[in-house]
Amino acid sequence: MLKNLTIGQHYPVDSVIHDLDPRVKIMITMFYIVSLFLINQFLAYILVVAFLGLIIGLSKVPIKMVIRGIRPILVIIAITFFINLLMTPGEIIYELGPFNITREGIRQAGFMAIRLVLLIIGTSMLTLTTSPILLTDGIESLLNPFKKIGLPAHELAMMMTIALRFIPTLMEETEKIMKAQKARGADFESGNLIRRAKSLVPLLVPLFVSAFRRADELAMAMEARCYRGGDHRTRMRALRIIKIDYMAMMIASIYFATVIASRVYF
Amino acid sequence: MPIIIEGLSFYYGEGTPFETKAIDNVSMEIKNGDFVGIIGHTGSGKSTLIQHFNGLILPQKGTVLIDGQNIKDKNLKLKKIRQKVGLVFQYPEYQLFEETVYKDVAYGPINLDLNPEEVKQRVKNALELVGFDYEMIKDKSPFDLSGGQKRRVAIAGVLAMKPDYLVLDEPTAGLDPAGRNEILDNIRKLHENKMTIVLVSHSMEDIARLVKYVYVMYQGKIHMQGTPKEVYSHSEELKRIGLGVPQVVDLLTALNKNGLMISSEALTVEEATNAILHGIRGGLNA
Repeated sequence: MLKNLTIGQHYPVDSVIHDLDPRVKIMITMFYIVSLFLINQFLAYILVVAFLGLIIGLSKVPIKMVIRGIRPILVIIAITFFINLLMTPGEIIYELGPFNITREGIRQAGFMAIRLVLLIIGTSMLTLTTSPILLTDGIESLLNPFKKIGLPAHELAMMMTIALRFIPTLMEETEKIMKAQKARGADFESGNLIRRAKSLVPLLVPLFVSAFRRADELAMAMEARCYRGGDHRTRMRALRIIKIDYMAMMIASIYFATVIASRVYF
Repeated sequence: MPIIIEGLSFYYGEGTPFETKAIDNVSMEIKNGDFVGIIGHTGSGKSTLIQHFNGLILPQKGTVLIDGQNIKDKNLKLKKIRQKVGLVFQYPEYQLFEETVYKDVAYGPINLDLNPEEVKQRVKNALELVGFDYEMIKDKSPFDLSGGQKRRVAIAGVLAMKPDYLVLDEPTAGLDPAGRNEILDNIRKLHENKMTIVLVSHSMEDIARLVKYVYVMYQGKIHMQGTPKEVYSHSEELKRIGLGVPQVVDLLTALNKNGLMISSEALTVEEATNAILHGIRGGLNA
């Protein structure tokens, strides 16, 4: 259950996509998200799928890993689908008790479902091909201009780095405590809702205790190494835009322009 | 009835690019009343192996029989197996969660749906087994105790299930010598009370002092097995796979190499003292 959450899971292989500058990848992802919301016809999705297919193909991430990322949000997709299906007014083609299924509803529901799936796959490509450290480096660098208006860019990035860093640790910890309590006869899977919620106490208390302990230790270790925030810090790996980054930007621009064109002209 | 393991293999992340072999075709038998040690380097598969003993991990290949029952059997209640085989994890103090020691130790028995009288009796027994004064400790918060005390409370939490087998994963890791001796003493007494014990450790001294039969794990396989004396006589081989032998064994081997005739059978400091004294006196007499 805990293992197939792809978001925030880096898949380390050597590929063109992995080598791209994280800033470029973040920007392309943002444009990609915008493009998904610009699209207003089914046919244009072919374009998106082609673009996404190109990225997945170049990234050498197995398609199974990519698909796995959708699983945890299948419920949300299903709910969105049915709400759109049942709540959209228009030309009624089927009546279902108090609800009406309309032609527009079917269209809207299909549209939303496809959009969500593409959204998740697209954004998880960013996290699959970029290590968390590079990702936050990129975010920090992109947020830097906003420092002038008082945005603590470095601190935000540091917080994100730490949070991302501890996701796997805490998951491992959860699994360990779960096993320890199971060894004492705990049952996390059966019983009604209240019983199940109650059964989580023996899991959550030790988890919180250890999370606080870890936070404490980390703060101490950082201070012991004279960490004082972002001013005048230099980097071991400075980010640099090189040839493949320009090429990626070009391809993304062509894609984006085509999406806009499809909206304007068709 | 024993724990019988046959041809057991386990892979982590089966079917993904991260697939790693954790244990590889392991077979062993743990009889009632045994005191078995499992030693091995970090990552040798010890912890994965013992999680098969109470069905926290079900075998991917091979069989695990607990008192004749296959843990893969669909009709089997795993809770029953977990009552029978008590498993104490590494750093068990991190599983404590209740407000009082009493409530925490009672967690296991309550999960077994025992009546309150029986629960109370078991908590009292378990806490006394690990050397606590029941009245003194029962209302304290487990979070206020020292490291060694916390660990003993956690072990009591497993003992309160009245297991037939007790499996302990590195029970002395991270404790000071006093805490360590307390725990080892408790374990020895439990064994004297006819409990079957499996001790996982990489402390050669602990194993040498307590255990009757040793399995050495290396890269997921059982690399060697035998009585501690037999196993420690292969000190070169143990060093090659990243393990050591008790310091006294090293000492006696070195003395032997340098011409002092000492029987190198000793495993503990006491035995070594006698052996050396014996050797020196024998040398003088000759």
